[in-house]
Amino acid sequence: MTTTEPKIEKRLMRGNDAVCEAAIRAGCRAYFGYPITPQNEMCEYMARNVHRMDRGVFIQSESEIAAINMVLGASVSGARVMTSSSSPGMSLKQEGISFLAAMELPAVIVNVVRGGPGLGNIAPAQSDYFQATRGGGHGDYRTIVLGAGSVQELYDLTIEAFDLADVYRTPVLVLSDGMLGQMMEPVIFGKEPRKDLPVKDWVLTGCAGRDSRFIRSLLLDVNVEEAHNWKLFRKYHQIERREVRCETYRTEDAKIVVVAYGTSARIAHGAVKRAREQGLAVGLIRPITLWPFPKEILRETAKHVKHFFVFEMSMGQMVEDVRLALNGAAEVHFYGRPGGVIVTPAELLRIVARQYHQIERGAAR
Amino acid sequence: MPKGYITVDAQRCKGCALCIEFCPKKVIVASRDLNSAGYYSAELVNADGKGGCTGCAICGLVCPEVVIEVFRDDD
Amino acid sequence: MSRQVFGRPRSLKPAVFHYCPGCGHSLIHRLTCEVIDELGIRERTIGVPPAGCAVLAYFYFDVDMTEAPHGRGAAVATGIKRLQPDRIVFSYQGDGDLAAIGTAETIHAANRGERITIIFVNNACYGMTGGQMAPTSLIGMKTTTTPGGRDPLAHGAPIRMCELLKVFDGVAYLERTAVDTPKNIRRTKKAIRRAFQAQMEGRGFSMVEILSPCPTNWKKTSVEAVHWIGEVMSKQFPLGLVKDFADGGVSSGACGPNEPASPTAAGGGSSDAD
Repeated sequence: MTTTEPKIEKRLMRGNDAVCEAAIRAGCRAYFGYPITPQNEMCEYMARNVHRMDRGVFIQSESEIAAINMVLGASVSGARVMTSSSSPGMSLKQEGISFLAAMELPAVIVNVVRGGPGLGNIAPAQSDYFQATRGGGHGDYRTIVLGAGSVQELYDLTIEAFDLADVYRTPVLVLSDGMLGQMMEPVIFGKEPRKDLPVKDWVLTGCAGRDSRFIRSLLLDVNVEEAHNWKLFRKYHQIERREVRCETYRTEDAKIVVVAYGTSARIAHGAVKRAREQGLAVGLIRPITLWPFPKEILRETAKHVKHFFVFEMSMGQMVEDVRLALNGAAEVHFYGRPGGVIVTPAELLRIVARQYHQIERGAAR
Repeated sequence: MPKGYITVDAQRCKGCALCIEFCPKKVIVASRDLNSAGYYSAELVNADGKGGCTGCAICGLVCPEVVIEVFRDDD
Repeated sequence: MSRQVFGRPRSLKPAVFHYCPGCGHSLIHRLTCEVIDELGIRERTIGVPPAGCAVLAYFYFDVDMTEAPHGRGAAVATGIKRLQPDRIVFSYQGDGDLAAIGTAETIHAANRGERITIIFVNNACYGMTGGQMAPTSLIGMKTTTTPGGRDPLAHGAPIRMCELLKVFDGVAYLERTAVDTPKNIRRTKKAIRRAFQAQMEGRGFSMVEILSPCPTNWKKTSVEAVHWIGEVMSKQFPLGLVKDFADGGVSSGACGPNEPASPTAAGGGSSDAD
C-alpha cells in the first residue's frame, strides 16, 4: 500500500500575481485598484479572479483616492480588503491611510515602488521608505510595513499582512518594487493564514439586535484626541515588541555589516557571498519589517561590529533608521542609487570592499 | 373645526421663529423671556394651550429642533 | 381625548442639535429619520456623514455610521454597499463635499449605478468653515472668498449637480427639493422616501438634492433665509423631479453587488486557479 504525499502546490509566478494569489487564498473579499505601472497586473489578476473570492468584489476605481476610500467602506463592513498602487498613486492614498489608522481599520495596501519623485519612471526603486514608515499621511500613526525580498516572500508576507491587519486593527503596507513585481520565480503555496484571529465586534453591519454604533476619527476634545493617540501608540509598542522580522547572514564574525532590504538585499546578498569568497569578513542584515524596524538586532550586532554599510535604491532613507537605532554605537556608511538604477552584486562588492579596505587601513594606523 | 394644542420644549428651542412664520392660525408667538441658551423660544398664544390651534402640525413640520409635539382633540 | 399627531421619530436620537437656529440640516435629519422609520429599515441602514457641519451626524442618526474623508462619501458608501448589498447605505453630503472635492467619486458612483442613496444638502456655501464660496454659490453672492460677489468670469457659474448626473445610465432617481416651506418640506420627505425605495428595489443610484437654509453664513434670519430659497435660490436650482426610472424599471447601468458572476463574463476565460 502506498501513501501519497500531499501535493504541495508550486507555481512559477510574477511578483504582482503572487501578491494577488496570496490575497485570494487569505480570504480577501474585495479589491479596489487603479491602473499604474508597474502594478497593472495586480488589477488585472484580481479582475480575472474575483469569482474565487467569497462574494468577491472588484472595482477598477476612478482614482487611487476613490480606491482607498472604497477600502475604508469594505473594511468597516468587516471584509478583508486590499488595494495596490505604485508611488504616485500611493501619495494620493495617504489621507485615506491616515483615516484607516486613526479609525483602527484593517486593510492591506501594496506599493510596487517605482522611480521618483514626481512622475519618475517605472523602474524599481526604494524611495518610498519614508512615505511608508513615517506614517506618510498626516498625524501621528504608524503602519506595519513589510519589505519583501523575493516573489515567494511577496506571497508569504501578503498572507501575513491580512492576519496582522486583523489582529491589530491597523492598515498594513506590503512594499514591493518594479523588479520584484515583474520578475518570475517559483512560489510554494504553503503559508497558512492564522486561525486565532479576533472577532470583529466593531463592524458596521446595521444595528439589528444591538445599539447603533459609529466609527470616526474626529475628536474635537483635545484630551480625548490625546488619549486616542496614546492608545494607538500603546498598540504600536505592542507591535514593536512582537512583530519584528529580520534576517541576518554571516554577521557573527563580520567586520562590516551591510544593511539592505527588498531587491537591494538580494543584490547585497550576492555581494556578501562574493566578499566572503575573497576572504572579507562581511555580513548582511536584512530587515523584513521596515516598521517595526529591527533596532534591537542592530544594537546587538553593534556590540561586536563597528561598521555598518547601508545600501538602498534611493538617496538614503532607511539609513536614517539605522543611524537612529545605532545611536552612535557604530559608524554608518551609505551607498544609494536612485532612479531605478540596479547595481550588480559585483559592482556593490567593489564599493563595499573599498570601504572595507579603508577601514582596515584606518585601524592599522 | 378640529382643535389641538402643542407643547414646546422651551429650553431646546433656538428661537428661529419658523413656526411663528408658518402657523396658519397665527397662534404661536415668541416668548418675552430668554431661555437658558439665550433664545426667545416659541410658545402658544394662550398659555392654557386652548383656542385657535387646530393641531395641523405645520409648526412641528417646520421646526428644525424637534421641540414641538402636536396633539389633536378627537371629537 | 387628544392624541399626539407629531413628535420625534424613533431613528432620531434625542441629543440637542449643534446646528444653528433655522439650519436645514436639523430638518433634513428629522425627515430622513422619519423615512427610515416608515420604511422599517433602521436596523439595516448604514450612513456616511460628510466633512462639514453635519460631520457629527452620528450623534443624531440612530443607525450605524462611518466617517469618510472629505468628499469621499460616495466611494465609502460604494465599498459598504458592495460588501453588504442587502443593507441600505446612504451618504449625506453638503455642496462643497459632494460637488467640489467629491465630484469624481459622486459622478463615478452614479455612472456605475451604485445602489446607494445620497442626501445632498445644498446651502450654496461652505458652512462649517465660515461661508466660503462653494460650487453652488450663486452669481453675485458675497461669500468670504468672493467678497465682491461671485463673478462667473473669475469663479465659474454655479453647478447644477442633478442635471449633471442625469445623463448617466446608472442613475435611477434624482430629485431636487427644498425645505423652505411646509409644502416643500413634505415634498422633500416624499423624495427621500422614493430615493431609498429606488435603492431597496435595486434600481440604481439615487440622490435627493435639497436646497437648505444657512442663515448664519447668508447673514439672514431664519425666516429671511427660507424666503431667499423660494425667491432666489430655486430660480438657479429648479425644484422638481429630474430623473426617475419609473414603474420599477432598473436603470440600464445599475450594477449588481458583485460583478460579474461568471469567469467568462469577466472577459478573460479561465481564471488563474488552474
